[in-house]
Amino acid sequence: MELSGAEIIVQFLKDEGVEYIFGYPGGAVLHIYDAIHNQDEVKHILVRHEQGATHAADGYARATGKPGVVLVTSGPGATNAITGIATAYMDSIPLIVLSGQVPSAMIGSDAFQEVDAIGCTRPCVKHNFLVKNIEDLAETLKKAFYVATTGRPGPVLVDIPKDITAPQIKIPYEHPKNLKMRSYNPTLKGHPKQVKKAVELLLAAKRPMIYSGGGVILGDASEQLRKVVRKLGYPITQTLMGLGAYPGTDPLNVGMLGMHGTYEANMAMHECDVLFAVGSRFDDRITGDTNKFCPHAKIIHIDIDPASISKNIDVDIPIVGEVKQVLEDMHSLLANHHLSPDAETLKKWWQQIDGWKAQDCLAYDRDSKLIKPQSVIESLYKVTEGNAYVTSDVGQHQMFAAQFYLFDEPRRWINSGGLGTMGFGLPSAMGVKLAFPDADVACVTGEGSIQMCIQELSTCLQYDTPIKIINLNNRYLGMVRQWQEFFYEKRYSHSYMDALPDFVKLTEAYGHVGIRVENPADLDDAMREAFALKDRTVFLDVITDQTENVYPMIQAGAAHNDMAISPQQEMRRNSINPEGELA
Amino acid sequence: MKHIISLLVENESGALSRIAGLFSARGYNIESLTVATTEDPTLSRMTIVTVGSDRVIEQITKQLNKLVDVVKLQDLTEGDFIEREMMFVKVKAQGEAHRSEIQRLSDIFRARIIDVTDTTFCIELTGSGKKLDAYIKTLHEKDVIEVVRSGSMSISRGEKALTT
Repeated sequence: MELSGAEIIVQFLKDEGVEYIFGYPGGAVLHIYDAIHNQDEVKHILVRHEQGATHAADGYARATGKPGVVLVTSGPGATNAITGIATAYMDSIPLIVLSGQVPSAMIGSDAFQEVDAIGCTRPCVKHNFLVKNIEDLAETLKKAFYVATTGRPGPVLVDIPKDITAPQIKIPYEHPKNLKMRSYNPTLKGHPKQVKKAVELLLAAKRPMIYSGGGVILGDASEQLRKVVRKLGYPITQTLMGLGAYPGTDPLNVGMLGMHGTYEANMAMHECDVLFAVGSRFDDRITGDTNKFCPHAKIIHIDIDPASISKNIDVDIPIVGEVKQVLEDMHSLLANHHLSPDAETLKKWWQQIDGWKAQDCLAYDRDSKLIKPQSVIESLYKVTEGNAYVTSDVGQHQMFAAQFYLFDEPRRWINSGGLGTMGFGLPSAMGVKLAFPDADVACVTGEGSIQMCIQELSTCLQYDTPIKIINLNNRYLGMVRQWQEFFYEKRYSHSYMDALPDFVKLTEAYGHVGIRVENPADLDDAMREAFALKDRTVFLDVITDQTENVYPMIQAGAAHNDMAISPQQEMRRNSINPEGELA
Repeated sequence: MKHIISLLVENESGALSRIAGLFSARGYNIESLTVATTEDPTLSRMTIVTVGSDRVIEQITKQLNKLVDVVKLQDLTEGDFIEREMMFVKVKAQGEAHRSEIQRLSDIFRARIIDVTDTTFCIELTGSGKKLDAYIKTLHEKDVIEVVRSGSMSISRGEKALTT
């Protein structure tokens, strides 16, 4: 089969089973767009901004586990995609970004729409390639998919000069197989000796704690995690990126940990004697003060990325390997082990945890005349029966969604955890809805975040992706306002959003349904109405209490037992003493 | 502590900038960096001299290993190794006494004078970084016109080798 470069790209994507490309045309990719035009196997989604393309592909990838594919033109097409690429990089999401480039002979001449895409993206991709010969094209694409989806996944950019895709030059094409890269061999299997040591340490624990992260979801190891946790009967806390790997409604789950984690999760972290970290990376929002992190604990850490081990926190038993395989091995060892956790000791530990749980740290004023943001998430949870895919933007609404929507399944909670990218929610929801057209897909957002990619409402109409946008509208950049209230003596510098658009009218202008809710009594009905409109995108503009803050809160750089758990408490250090009691 | 890290990397245009970029992005130090192709034209060998705590060095080696272009890596400071650096020094050399003083000094250091004019010498010297420092100290500062140092290159002693 003789194909042009452009045809090779499209044929290759078909051969890889790619369903959707998210993209935006321009001069340098016109040959590729012409090849896309001649077929309908790979569907192209025309976004309204390249950032939207990367987030949509990212949402698709997070929900399905398959790599997301993006196609952008040279210059501004590539630079606009960078925020989305960096978002995927920080959360280890497999993305393939194909960027057009000016013709090879013009590279370096400051040509029209020329930018060094390889240089610009280098710090925020797992790897990138510049295609120099058409003969290398198919193999380079294969390498891109291989690198993006194996080991610790991540985005890979392939920069393709226009002459490579020209219709005049055709070469024989075959889908490349048996790829070998001498310089890239991710470690897959955990060392059996380390696994054995870990199991022994776990069984000897008096106050064990399991802390699992996004790696469990990326590694499709949810089932294995559940087996191991249930076998042990130990408490588990999950990171923002890990929610749903272990069921949120399960009694062994003590909620999210970290800066806005539950009191019981953070206290249990502080007091535990053995910490079992599974596919998590000890991010600063999790650890707080690294010197006071889990001061009594021996730490076991499973991660596929050796560089994650002992990066922020020294660990005692590192296990490098695929979390799925390692957990499977651990489960077999546990099943055959003559030792089992001491029931009496474990019972005491659970009693201590239940004591912390009794603080009811997520309590809020349910009789308020204003709509509390927490109640909106509870309403969403109720109406969708906990089964929706929920994407979010970044800020208070993100934390409320993470705290109050109890995800029972992995890949249902989709948010920008690492980079914290506002504008992520709407396009990523679009990507999820394309992957799962029959599922309920909600985007929990705020009036700040939603405006960063609101143009994608137009894409939602063109491709008929009926998502529900739940806008927690408090007229403030809520998390900024919260920090200014706590740490800048209420000097609300540029966190108030004046001159907001009428979101209902705006949504209608885009051809969708807009509903405004101002009264707590109307919330559930409006939520039901939104989800009853199965084939419409609905924008639920919920006017919420402007003063509400996210609790509990650990200040940046403080310890886990140094936490404010309610508005009644003044936000200050050492409000809880080392014994875990309110001072 | 000073570490000498030897790398075999794919001989591709982006490899050097990926490695240099990693050091700047993560705030690691590069004291020197040398690179050239090996007997296998698809591979380059790089020697990086860096300074950091054990924790930082561990991260540097792990992060370098993570780069797709890095084929193999060795921290030479973990074992016995040989280190050499090459230097050219251009110095003012005027008058009989001055010229012979520089010649004598160069003999002591086993340096070679490789270019001569009426007013200057160019001297070539190979050795450890410390030896090169010491040699420069013996010259008068005002006489030194130009110094070019290659940066360290290193190889492990014995049978151990960095090969694919």
